[in-house]
Amino acid sequence: MTDAPEVLLSLENVSLSFGGVRAISDVSFDIRRGEIRAIIGPNGAGKTSMLNVINGFYTPQVGRIVFNGATRSRMRPSEAARQGIARTFQNVALFKGMTTLDNIMTGRSLKMSRGLFWQALRHGPALNEEIEHRKFCEEIIDFLEIESIRKTPVGKLPYGLQKRVELGRALAMEPKLLLLDEPMAGMNREEKEDMSRFIIEANRRLGATIALIEHDIGVVMDLSDRVVVLEYGSKIADDVPDVVKADPKVIAAYLGVSH
Amino acid sequence: MMHLLYALFVDPFAQMVSAPDLLAQTVWEGFVGGVLYSLIALGFVLIYKASGVFNFAQGIMMVFAALTLVGLHEKGVPAWIALALTIGVMYGLAFGVERLVLRPLVNQPDIILLMATFGLTYFLVGLGELVFGGNPKEMITSELWLPSGAIDLHILGGVLTLQKLDIAASGIALVMVAGLAMFFQWTRIGRALRAVADDHQAALSVGISLNQIWVIVWFAAGIVALATGIMWSARSDVSFALQVIALKALPVLILGGLTSVPGAIVGGLIIGIGEKVGEFYWGPLAGGGIERWLAYAIALAFLLFRPQGLFGERIIERI
Repeated sequence: MTDAPEVLLSLENVSLSFGGVRAISDVSFDIRRGEIRAIIGPNGAGKTSMLNVINGFYTPQVGRIVFNGATRSRMRPSEAARQGIARTFQNVALFKGMTTLDNIMTGRSLKMSRGLFWQALRHGPALNEEIEHRKFCEEIIDFLEIESIRKTPVGKLPYGLQKRVELGRALAMEPKLLLLDEPMAGMNREEKEDMSRFIIEANRRLGATIALIEHDIGVVMDLSDRVVVLEYGSKIADDVPDVVKADPKVIAAYLGVSH
Repeated sequence: MMHLLYALFVDPFAQMVSAPDLLAQTVWEGFVGGVLYSLIALGFVLIYKASGVFNFAQGIMMVFAALTLVGLHEKGVPAWIALALTIGVMYGLAFGVERLVLRPLVNQPDIILLMATFGLTYFLVGLGELVFGGNPKEMITSELWLPSGAIDLHILGGVLTLQKLDIAASGIALVMVAGLAMFFQWTRIGRALRAVADDHQAALSVGISLNQIWVIVWFAAGIVALATGIMWSARSDVSFALQVIALKALPVLILGGLTSVPGAIVGGLIIGIGEKVGEFYWGPLAGGGIERWLAYAIALAFLLFRPQGLFGERIIERI
């Protein structure tokens, strides 16, 4: 059993409610190091709430979260980021007034350590550090094929490119775990293919463990190693794509059952 | 009727042309006032951008900073050390505001945060009076090497009198504005600040700590308040009455937009120059004293045509 893949994140019996509304009830699953893990389910199933729990925007009332070997009860989003969890958002959350490069550079915030004093002077160690990080970000820009919009304020970019920049910002954090909330929503076929390629490359070449929410079932089944299915806040299936695809409960959740 | 139209639209311009030295003098005085308005407005913009709080206490922060400086000096602390200590006090204030006001009230509606800054205003008035007393004090200008006296320029067929203090004030204001602009543009903290101003959640997700940013912003606003306080009280004296000057920042903000640093600067200059020129050339028609309300009238006219201000972001809401 020594060759079992290491678990990066595990959620145990997590429940989350807002007042009287149960968003997630008693869900357990894990994410293994190096895999692409999909979370799917109909609208309102609690998928985004799940990501918010993982990166600390929400604190579940019940349950245990073990990340990278350490158990945590509650955590601030900036701490989650410090521990290596990056994410993108369903409705692109970029810094619209800033350029593509600056947006991606914010992903390096935690890696830059030189004090305020040096920064203010823009001299010595702070300048070297800035150049080093800039180089890293240029590599990400090359990787995502967005060289031509490097200096464009992202508010002016079309939606598909904004999603790409957002992915770049998350990658700049060199995350252990990358959470993608509907990375392909609202994209056409070609854009989806590009995005799929970047996700696979990020996983294989950059070694990021990825958890993603996606509605396009075809894409999900192609991309992911394992799939967890939520419905009304509960887990109804959790397995490799082929098994999940054939699960009658999943088919019922998506297509409805005949009465 | 013709007479009134003449007095409104012809005579003032005729005067400007016939005595350009007076015009230059008026514009200069407006410019100096405008620079200080800009600085006050800048304090508002900094805090508003980063924390979404309209900081009613900005005016009192200015008085409090100046009062601390003068008060410490009165108690026997040398001027430059008092200045350093005052900067420390402004940092302490920023830290305290973040811990005791912003952090507990995070995610509350804007109106609650606004009310909290009202509370902060009264707290600072009380604290200032308690520690340093309520009597007006004189700013320690010469101890801080601020120049006094005036320069007379013989140009435009007349004499243009420039107070050295005003020249210094404009210079310091320019350096501060340029420094802040560069800091925002080029440093990691500056980038983080802009990120927070754009989108709180996204900023959190890349690991920017809102709490740290809030302290930095309130501290920067405190430093701006200190500089404004010194300059302004050097022209009159240090007293709580000075805080009403901060109300002049309102028309500046309406003009420039609450979210724009260049807007605060240009808005301040327009209001400053506008009210002086208005008072000098059109004031006599209304029996003088229009300077007090002219700024608000300009702002009101502006609101009708450009509610988002000169440089503010237009808010387009999707329904």
